[in-house]
Amino acid sequence: MSRFGLAAFWVCLFSGPGLAAEVPAAERIGVTSAAPSGPVEAVLFYLVAGTAAAAAIGVCVSKNIVRMAVWLFAALGAVSLLYFLLAANFLGAIQLIVYVGGTLVLLIFGVMLTSKSPWVRFEPKVIELVGAALVCAALFSALWLVLVRTRWSGPEGAVPGAAVADLGRGLLTTYLVPFEVAGVLLMIVMVGAAHLARQDR
Amino acid sequence: MMTIGLTHYLVLGAVFFCAGLFTMMTKRNAIGILIGVELVLNSANINLVAFDRYLGPGRLDGQITAAFVIVLAAAEAALAVGICINLYKNLATVDVDMAAQLRG
Repeated sequence: MSRFGLAAFWVCLFSGPGLAAEVPAAERIGVTSAAPSGPVEAVLFYLVAGTAAAAAIGVCVSKNIVRMAVWLFAALGAVSLLYFLLAANFLGAIQLIVYVGGTLVLLIFGVMLTSKSPWVRFEPKVIELVGAALVCAALFSALWLVLVRTRWSGPEGAVPGAAVADLGRGLLTTYLVPFEVAGVLLMIVMVGAAHLARQDR
Repeated sequence: MMTIGLTHYLVLGAVFFCAGLFTMMTKRNAIGILIGVELVLNSANINLVAFDRYLGPGRLDGQITAAFVIVLAAAEAALAVGICINLYKNLATVDVDMAAQLRG
């Protein structure tokens, strides 16, 4: 009997993706583009984007490296919420998993391992601060002027978001070569990081 | 004002870029500079996903490129933190102005 059960399990496992692939693309897209629109989207956008911008500015004005890491945590979390708002659900999830869960923890480990006390400070000179602020303000004003004047030649409003299944299919068809190259790169990075962390050299 | 368009997201990306640039220019802590780099990469990602949503109907170029940027950022952070810890082991500081052995 258990053999029949196993056979039924395998049939279900393999027929599941096959059945899902026969759903028309339009219906699949309609199911997955569940981002809010209209005034709700506007309120959510201003809330999340305001948080993100405040956190980014908090990163660049705080002098304590631990506080910078905490502001970066808030900024990355807000950006992942923005991805959900943009109907990029998969990207929002991997932003949370890879960035907030991996990269940021790594950075905080780096902070903790390289500072004798957590309150370590490196004060820049005032002239450096003024110069950097001038450069950044000029760059931001230039970008602002360009952005508010540009009329993009796309469709009016947001287009429906794509399904996660399409993303996976794209990674294994159109974008197969970059996907494999990224895998090789990750392996090289693992070997390199292990070499850097080795004790006896 | 109440309809959110592409420009709103691009302006947020510009804010992130300028904040990251300022962080990279003013911090001397190597890990602080790395945090600035992460902000700049995130600004690029916001732009990519917004373009994908508003300008690329039915295509996924922006989202897939953003996924690759996230992968590259993770790899870069892993190596850079390893280098910072080696710098700390050798020089007992992560002040980038002190790491001047290769200066000609």
